[in-house]
Amino acid sequence: MSLAKAEVRRLFKRRLTRIVLILALLVLAAFPVGFFISSQKASPETRAAAEVEAQQNFDQVSRDHNRMIEQCEAEKAGGSTTTEQMYGPNCGKDWAPTRDQFRAEDYMQYEFNFQEEFPISLFVFSGILAMAAFLIGASFVGAEWNSGGMMNLLLWRPRRLPVLATKLLVLLGGILGVAVVFGALWTAAFWSIGKFDGAVGKLTSGVWQSFALDGVRGVGLILVVAAVGFGLASLGRHTAMALGAATGVFVISEIGLRIALPLVQVPFPDRFYLSTWAGAWFGKEMTIYNYRECDFAQGVCNPGEMLLTWQDAGLVFGIGAVVVLGLAFWTMRRRDIT
Amino acid sequence: MAAVLEISGLEKTYRSKRRGIRRALDGFDMQVDAGQVHGFLGPNGSGKTTTLKALLGLVRSTGGTMRLLGEPVPDRLPQVAGRVGAIVESPQFFLNFTAQDTLSLLADAGGVRRERVTEVLELVGLRERATERVKTYSLGMKQRLAVASALLKSPTLLILDEPANGLDPGGIREMRTLMRGLAEQGMTVVLSSHILGEVQLICDSVTIISRGRRVAAGPVAEVLAQHSDGGVRVRVDAVTDLPKAASALSAGGARVTTHPDHLVVGGVDRPAWITYMLAQQGVYVSELAPVTVDLESVFLELTATAPVPGQARQVDDSAVVGAGPAPGPHPGPPPGAGNGPAAPQGGWGV
Repeated sequence: MSLAKAEVRRLFKRRLTRIVLILALLVLAAFPVGFFISSQKASPETRAAAEVEAQQNFDQVSRDHNRMIEQCEAEKAGGSTTTEQMYGPNCGKDWAPTRDQFRAEDYMQYEFNFQEEFPISLFVFSGILAMAAFLIGASFVGAEWNSGGMMNLLLWRPRRLPVLATKLLVLLGGILGVAVVFGALWTAAFWSIGKFDGAVGKLTSGVWQSFALDGVRGVGLILVVAAVGFGLASLGRHTAMALGAATGVFVISEIGLRIALPLVQVPFPDRFYLSTWAGAWFGKEMTIYNYRECDFAQGVCNPGEMLLTWQDAGLVFGIGAVVVLGLAFWTMRRRDIT
Repeated sequence: MAAVLEISGLEKTYRSKRRGIRRALDGFDMQVDAGQVHGFLGPNGSGKTTTLKALLGLVRSTGGTMRLLGEPVPDRLPQVAGRVGAIVESPQFFLNFTAQDTLSLLADAGGVRRERVTEVLELVGLRERATERVKTYSLGMKQRLAVASALLKSPTLLILDEPANGLDPGGIREMRTLMRGLAEQGMTVVLSSHILGEVQLICDSVTIISRGRRVAAGPVAEVLAQHSDGGVRVRVDAVTDLPKAASALSAGGARVTTHPDHLVVGGVDRPAWITYMLAQQGVYVSELAPVTVDLESVFLELTATAPVPGQARQVDDSAVVGAGPAPGPHPGPPPGAGNGPAAPQGGWGV
């Protein structure tokens, strides 16, 4: 227990932890600030004015459209053969504007809607915090190896696996705590924007439950990313190892494979990109298509579909984390401390 | 006296596809009795740090047995770690933490009361600089901090790897006083150092290692005595009389080595015999003094690492003891050859 307490102190005493958390907080804060500035609560008066403006625009466009039809028909009657090119078939009568194309919202300043937009914001929140967690996790153990702190610690606590496990648990606990606190602030900030500077929408218990599940999936990904950063840095005994591996995976997965797989005609190449699985994880499910089997010269094609669920994505990320951490613990047990 | 550190037949072999097999420790033995300040000496790359790391569970040995404070290690290391303070290699700390933070984190991790941090900072002379970041420290100050971290547990056994590195002369003297003071309080200190003059001053006993094997061990005085042949340096009034004096002494049964301005005479029970013999030849002695050896000369002799003019010695070029094949890619001189010893010598049954 004393080791865990010492490691909690060490984690939050580290300058990199503090700097990364402050930077993450600033970046995260920029979002609600931006939404707050751009959103304007719609009053009945502004809505009514927008309705009037929408109607006026619809009337104007309808008049212009009718005038265009008349002009077209006049030219047609005069023997013009190019009306179809200029006005479309049937003098464009089939494309008459409709009233529903002129929504009042389009004539109002942007109004933030908490119920509709908050789930997407949770993905942004998780992505930013996951990057911060990766850095903190990698540096927490990488700097210990690099500075000789791990050797010092093992002279005091010569139990390698419990020491590494304690560090990992402290990291995950710390990141979880930060995610919960930041998440609460994030939710409160956006709810406040909806409440006082936009719309909150219809917030039933089901909606809140859905938000909570999105949040849990987001925090889950943050913890997995932190653990992978920790594991990679421990494997390489240096923070740079984790950063290098992350850069390599990103380059290979998101650039190399995106170029190579379509060339070699691999079916469903999207399933090999990490971002696809991240999308499935956040969006609960994602359908990917196999356009390779299409021959568009034959006409319309219905490509093969593959459904990726958040459970599938969880399995992919879980296996990745277990492999990296397993190797980290195995090498911690086997390799000499030099 | 009970042994607090016992090593028997310790082996550590590194295997590499590219570099082959290298035996860092090749059946190394060592024993340190309670309450002693024990010097652990050896040339660079001889296996000192590997030995200490193996003892402390940082390196996995490939053979042999070790005991610390009577417990077999590494199996029972967690049970004795609280009574063993150690620094291994150069001091390594997280540079952005202060000395106070560094030690208090270790104290927390080891369940040591926080007041002890202030005590050890005072002890090593860092009290007034305790709240400064370690990255602002000189090497000597980091060394002091390392010693403080080792003392934090109030250990029964203190293992220090090159504790005087980077210390100024005053710091070296303070460290010497500290070591002696700790030993007087009953602490056993194992000191790995290359400052042999210091070791000779501080230590009660020594172990000398070369190429992974013990080449000498025992009380300092005994090790010195074993490598002193009881020779006497003889100068005479006229240097031109030296050949005549050497002939007379050799004829009398003494071992005589001739130098340009003096003789070294061995195998003589009583120095008075020399004056008697030379007086009979009409040669008059101007100086008659015992030849003393110091730890440095014994170390250089035992490890065969004395510099040779015109030669650049490689780190693995040191004495190999025993009859086994020479470990590693740079075989040393054969047993008994050159200025190396023919076999392990010293106390504790070697």
